[in-house]
Amino acid sequence: MITLSHYLAVSAALFVLGVFGIFLNRRNIIIILMSLELILLAVNINLVAFSAFLHQVHGQIFAMFVLTVAAGEAAIGLAILVIYFRNRGTVAVDQADRMRG
Amino acid sequence: MHPIFASIAIAGPETVLTLGSLAALMLGTFTGGGRALTVTSLFAVAILGLAGFTLLDAPAGPSVAFDGLYVADAFSAFLKVIILAAAAASVLLALPWLADHNAKGSSSARFEYPVLLLLATLGMAIMVSANDLLTLYVGLELAALPSYVLAAFHRGDDRSAEAGLKYFVLGALASGILLYGVTLVYGFAGSTQLDVIAGIVGGQQERSLGLLFGIVFILSGLAFKVSAVPFHMWTPDVYEGAPTPVAAFFAAAPKAAALGLMARVLVVAFPGQVAPDWQQIILFIAIASMVLGAVAAVAQTNIKRLLAYSSIANIGFALVGLAPGSPGGISALLFYICVYVAMTLGSFLVVLQLARADGSPVETMADFAGLSKTRPGLALAMAVFMFSLAGIPPLLGFWPKFAVFQAAINAGLLGLAIVGFVASVVAAFYYLRLIKIMYFDPPATALAPAANPVNGAMIAGLALFCSPIGMLALSPLAAATARAAAALFPA
Repeated sequence: MITLSHYLAVSAALFVLGVFGIFLNRRNIIIILMSLELILLAVNINLVAFSAFLHQVHGQIFAMFVLTVAAGEAAIGLAILVIYFRNRGTVAVDQADRMRG
Repeated sequence: MHPIFASIAIAGPETVLTLGSLAALMLGTFTGGGRALTVTSLFAVAILGLAGFTLLDAPAGPSVAFDGLYVADAFSAFLKVIILAAAAASVLLALPWLADHNAKGSSSARFEYPVLLLLATLGMAIMVSANDLLTLYVGLELAALPSYVLAAFHRGDDRSAEAGLKYFVLGALASGILLYGVTLVYGFAGSTQLDVIAGIVGGQQERSLGLLFGIVFILSGLAFKVSAVPFHMWTPDVYEGAPTPVAAFFAAAPKAAALGLMARVLVVAFPGQVAPDWQQIILFIAIASMVLGAVAAVAQTNIKRLLAYSSIANIGFALVGLAPGSPGGISALLFYICVYVAMTLGSFLVVLQLARADGSPVETMADFAGLSKTRPGLALAMAVFMFSLAGIPPLLGFWPKFAVFQAAINAGLLGLAIVGFVASVVAAFYYLRLIKIMYFDPPATALAPAANPVNGAMIAGLALFCSPIGMLALSPLAAATARAAAALFPA
């Protein structure tokens, strides 16, 4: 029997993976974008699991909004990444250090 | 009448901003050429004014719309006036920058600037009227997504692109963390509507750990948006890299919106027995922001980074008003937001008004040397803003600091007030240092004589407001903030 806590555990694991993917990754900004999607996926699993557990539809509607906004966010993120690449010719994380102090 | 039309009527400013931003995009596209910039910008200012006009006949009591998703009350109306005014100023102050780039044939002079700004303003208006975690999230994202683009608006400049990228990555991470907190609160309270959450949480016998985690995650996400300390790393980089008009916009309107949202979520959804839990967190981030903002700014030489750390410290002071969670504290917080927006917009306007003789923008503090001899009026205005930010008594900036500390002491948070007092003394050092550079150092950089009259008039107006003459506005402001704060506390 799969209970609510199983879903929450999966979602928490995905969330932690996403956060560590952003902080530990030193190579590529595209990987950061993927990690962000992972975080939003964790959120969606949580929402749908709670929604089923509470016998409410609110959580699933919320998940629809999150999916939509995530698509817009990814589009804007990639657009900014393209501009950055045109200027610098690289998408390496540790090269993003023009400003310090 | 179908309820949807009643809801649209209640959400007047948002309706005007939605239709207006779409119309502005059309207008810019069909006007074309170099004229599109000016036409779209002036149209955007008119739309912001019209949105403010719809606030005039708003009912005093709270009116709930869209089935409880949205609420219009005195609190949201007060913040919306500040947000709309700051946004209108940000559209106007960018015109010389855009026109300059247009003359140079740069690809950064685009009419999308006012359109993106309108969309971000729409998001902020939704944020302060959010009565549900869903509206909160949608408003926050609608404010954030155009802001990412605005930060990278100077496309050919690699610092601007890097600022946009950093802002995007950290902003999206903060949204994700906030959203995770929202799901936990939804799951453990069983609702996403703020007042319903308050009722459910108030009825629970023991504190739920899941709910507590949810509050912590939500607060972390919101702390990022107001650039409070553990989540402030993006602020100096983004302010330095983004074009100066964009940095001026970031320092003013979004801070007002995010602080208002924070106050509403904490006070409306988590009152009573949960309040001590979030008060500890607010206490910590307030102290950390005040101290770090004051100490880290001392070593800065770039004026935009200095203003970034100044805004971090100011957010700390504003959060002192939120920590007691009382009507008096919220009223002091609103007062602080109003004066802070005026001071910070004024300082950025002065920076924007200066250019080196070769046309490049002024960036370092050394460029301000001897400003009192070359441009006495600007130097005087900057001195007023700096003295006001430092909180020197006769100027307007002193009164909101006094109000938040008084609210903290009334709530028994004497230690918080003392830390704030010490931090403001440390912060006074770098504000006064800039005044010393302007008034006592010999002129070093040759400055361009050209200056924009519209921006000059805005500087003069804001300087008058921050000068002792602004004390005339104290009693009407006190009445408005008290009325707005009372809207959050049901009688």
